[in-house]
Amino acid sequence: MIEMRDVAFGYRGGGDLLHDISLSLPRGSFHFLTGPSGSGKTTFLRLCIADLLPTAGKLVAFGQDVAGLGRDAIASLRRRVGVVQQDAQFLDHLPVAENIALPMVLSGEPVDMQAIRDLLAWVQMTGHARALPPALSGGERQRAALARAVILSPDLILADEPTGNLDWDMSMRLLQLLVELNRSGKTVLVATHDLNLIRAAKQQVSARVLRIAGGRLQSAGAEL
Amino acid sequence: MSADHIPNDEIPNGDAKDARAPDPAPATAPRQRQARTDLRALDLRTLGRALIGRQAGIADRIVPPSGATARLTMFTAGVMAFLAVFALALALATGRLADRWAEGLAQTLTIRVSAPAAELDAQTAAVMAALATIPGVEAARELPADEVGALLEPWFGPDVPVDALPIPRLIEVRQSAGFDAQALRLRLAGEAPGAVLDDHTEWRRPLIGAAARLRILGWLSLGLIAAASAAMLTLAAQAALAANGQVIRVMRLIGARDLTIATAFVRRFTRRAAGGAAVGTLAGMAAIAALPDMQAAGGFLTGLGFAGWGWLWPLLVPVIGAALGFAATRAAALRMLRGLR
Repeated sequence: MIEMRDVAFGYRGGGDLLHDISLSLPRGSFHFLTGPSGSGKTTFLRLCIADLLPTAGKLVAFGQDVAGLGRDAIASLRRRVGVVQQDAQFLDHLPVAENIALPMVLSGEPVDMQAIRDLLAWVQMTGHARALPPALSGGERQRAALARAVILSPDLILADEPTGNLDWDMSMRLLQLLVELNRSGKTVLVATHDLNLIRAAKQQVSARVLRIAGGRLQSAGAEL
Repeated sequence: MSADHIPNDEIPNGDAKDARAPDPAPATAPRQRQARTDLRALDLRTLGRALIGRQAGIADRIVPPSGATARLTMFTAGVMAFLAVFALALALATGRLADRWAEGLAQTLTIRVSAPAAELDAQTAAVMAALATIPGVEAARELPADEVGALLEPWFGPDVPVDALPIPRLIEVRQSAGFDAQALRLRLAGEAPGAVLDDHTEWRRPLIGAAARLRILGWLSLGLIAAASAAMLTLAAQAALAANGQVIRVMRLIGARDLTIATAFVRRFTRRAAGGAAVGTLAGMAAIAALPDMQAAGGFLTGLGFAGWGWLWPLLVPVIGAALGFAATRAAALRMLRGLR
């Protein structure tokens, strides 16, 4: 699904933030990506959706080398990936239900109201369908973002510090949703520095833990 | 249901209880993902839909409403259209004026016979005889004394004693196809040396030149109005795009194509430009129609405005306004989006 071979990336004016990254995200796997703040977790996820391009190496997403993708192809790639960010972003003037429906609209598919209702129920937000995003709490925003991320049934779910602003109970609730997605066959990659979250997840699902340290990717399973 | 609009009454309300469970099947069941492309290309079809499309849908609603900006854009487009209608009226009127002067004066010429009193009748008769044999002369007549007196009246007042003054005889000639002014001059030089042919060229040329320049000025004004409108719309679109950076980022994040995002802005600005221009055009046409009676206003203003089918020309202004809004916003949107991944 995602293949990285000796990938490196550095922002303009700086050295390589990531280098020698080789990784394969097989279908149906569950990965955690951890590391200290500023280690490059978010950058790693942005590389996966071609929001950034590797400065060296090769990154293949869904069988396509991202370096050769045009803008429309990148848009298509992103419709195959569900992304949940720490600061979940919405169109604040549209109700939650319409925000969740946006990927459907963009893909040209008919809006499936039943799917939206089911998703809202799944993330326990039926009562917030008409609410505007600014009225949501942090946990509600994250769950709504997750609902939007999976509306098109993407093959890959990327979550960047999804529990960063949430209390423990809400974090567990969100983790449960991610685990359910993985059990239904989705590939899940969660970037987090919350080791307790990872430990809790490992009790529910077979997850591989990766750590970014010194710009390199290491397996961190033994520490957990 | 349409693919790009969720009616408000279909949004689940808050009374329903949250479902217990997590069978994400409806959401996560594999869906046949067709390689259906987002066909909101920014072409003439989109322009048409932007103007007359009934359902805006989410493609339009992704851009937050912006009341003050919308009103200002429409107001400016309306003012520009109002001015454009006047510039168009000026261009068309001066064109007609130039044509009328050119045609009217080119069809007639005057022969002035100046000679000692004893020879005046003979030379006038010689001129008339020559005119009778020159091809291309449709009619020729000697102006009678009362008409000559009328011509002199503005300078000498009424009751001019024409007979007592050494006034040359005037012969008005109406020409038709095949008339050769040079041949007539040569005949007159031999048969009536006191006769001078005036084909009005000397004073017709500057008049036509002035009218032509006015016409150019009118069209230039139209061009400047169009350019100013395009600049204004570009600025407004850029401001809207800059103010909606989050919207654009979110849309790109969830897989929106550039054209989809740009279309939302293009559609909105095209409609604003078209709507404002339509109102401005109607106001301009009404103002033109309400101008004072042209005959009473004096010779220069004769014909300022639109005539007959010419009233259809201003109706192009809103269409051109929409096209300008379309092109300016499209360029601004695509330029900005190219800066994002």
